[in-house]
Amino acid sequence: MSPAAAPAPLKRKPAPLLPPEDARDGALVFVVAVLCFIACLATVAALGANRAANGWRTQLTGSATVIVRPSATETADAAAERAAEALSAIRPGVTEAAVLEKEKAEALLAPWLGSGDVLEDLPVPRLVSVDLDPKAPASVSTMDKALKAAGVDATIDDHSLWLKDVLRAGLLAQIAAFIAAGLITAAAAAVIAFATRAGLAARRDLVNVLHFAGAEDRFIAGLFQVRFARMAALAGLLGAGAAAMIAAAARLFGGGAGLTPVLPLAWSDLLVLPICPIIAGLVAAAAARFTAMALLKETV
Amino acid sequence: MEVADFALYVQNRRHLNREGANPALEPPMASSPHTESGSPQEPVVRFDGVGLRYGRAPEVLKDISFSLQPGSFHFLTGASGAGKTSLLRLIQLGLTPTRGLVTLFGHDPAKMKRSQLPLMRRRIGVVYADRQLLDHLNAFDNVALPLRLAGRAAADYTPDVAELLAWVGLGDKMDAYPAALSGGEQQRLAIARAVVNRPDILLADEPTGNVDHDMALRILRLFVELNRLGSTVLIASHDEDLVARSGRPVMHLADGRLGFYREPDL
Repeated sequence: MSPAAAPAPLKRKPAPLLPPEDARDGALVFVVAVLCFIACLATVAALGANRAANGWRTQLTGSATVIVRPSATETADAAAERAAEALSAIRPGVTEAAVLEKEKAEALLAPWLGSGDVLEDLPVPRLVSVDLDPKAPASVSTMDKALKAAGVDATIDDHSLWLKDVLRAGLLAQIAAFIAAGLITAAAAAVIAFATRAGLAARRDLVNVLHFAGAEDRFIAGLFQVRFARMAALAGLLGAGAAAMIAAAARLFGGGAGLTPVLPLAWSDLLVLPICPIIAGLVAAAAARFTAMALLKETV
Repeated sequence: MEVADFALYVQNRRHLNREGANPALEPPMASSPHTESGSPQEPVVRFDGVGLRYGRAPEVLKDISFSLQPGSFHFLTGASGAGKTSLLRLIQLGLTPTRGLVTLFGHDPAKMKRSQLPLMRRRIGVVYADRQLLDHLNAFDNVALPLRLAGRAAADYTPDVAELLAWVGLGDKMDAYPAALSGGEQQRLAIARAVVNRPDILLADEPTGNVDHDMALRILRLFVELNRLGSTVLIASHDEDLVARSGRPVMHLADGRLGFYREPDL
């Protein structure tokens, strides 16, 4: 009890009021990292689906296909030639109209009819592929009038039926991705809320001491908020990093018949991933604060 | 360092952050607060017909009425389980009375906003019977806690905390963690934490339970000194010798009632 004390160091760094992380936090980082990983993959997939739908739309809206049937007085080949001429004459509206070569047309039918002689005997319709002026595309009725004037028996397919399906598929993929991201965010928030509750219970003594020493609720909540925001940001970094590696692998090795034609990924898509740790941190901070404040209000 | 030095040391710390303190209720710094003014002062603590029960159990405290004047010094005695700790908990806003009215610094805490209560709690220093030290903080940080919570910077409070630790005989144990301290040392640490902010009210629950006779006297002198500087002191104890030695008024709890209120037999 000798008051002869060693002189106190003038500068002291106050120790953190929450004790250093315990083992439980490792599992929590893992769970949040997995959630972030899935959310990142869903986001990148949504971007890919969006790009695919856009690509298909530009291809489909910029063109039309005309199916020309033979008539009593004319072979399909001749009718198709005249149809291409008549359609080419539409200006503005059509940039080019050309008969699809017979071989190509037969190649399209081969999967169903085979490539044998049977095609020679059938009245196979000929196809005219029309490139539309992207600024002022010719309407179906304009093309129909031109074909009627030329006296050609033909059907025009402007791909609108396809287009609707393609656009719907693209939209659905995006909606699904958004719902997935939303659910994952909610799940992460719930996990953090649960962990905050457990943390407050495990640190009951500390919370009591702080409380009765005059700490405000928001101060105590702030301790947990900072702790969980940091932890979630780290988990977000790990999850986004793993997702980036998967996406990069898909981009690099997914060519040809792989993932890329269905889900064209661009390197620029990966730029959204760094947002993940930020969002994870913010969501965790909000969830921890809300939970802690609600629990502290219940104490005296 | 002697007790007189402690008085000097506390006086030197008049710059203490006393956020939210009502100047009218500020304890006078004069050495004899009791002769401060002729007019009766507003009590710091006031109980009116207070009853307390836990759940459906019978009342632990029944019809408790008393008031503590600023600068007063009382002992609270009573058998184990008589409700001493419950009474202290009511004063530090750790419990709400089942019936009756508790008034602190002239305010009814039940009518105050929750956000105002921490400021009130900062004016109350508590020495817990089970000490309630934070195991992951060293002695220095444990004592500095109330100052940190009051928003003071580390550079500002470091000399004060170091000085107080030296005074309670822990000057060479500042970096020790509570687990490495003896029972008596932990007790002194808890007392240092309770008084470091120079509270308007000091509540102590068996503060001399784990210390030898000499240390008990030393702790009592610290409380007396703090009281002399204006703090209202209430000590729950069953250390008969200490209570007798102090010559201070005693409140006695028996069967949940504040049975008698003994004037100092000087």
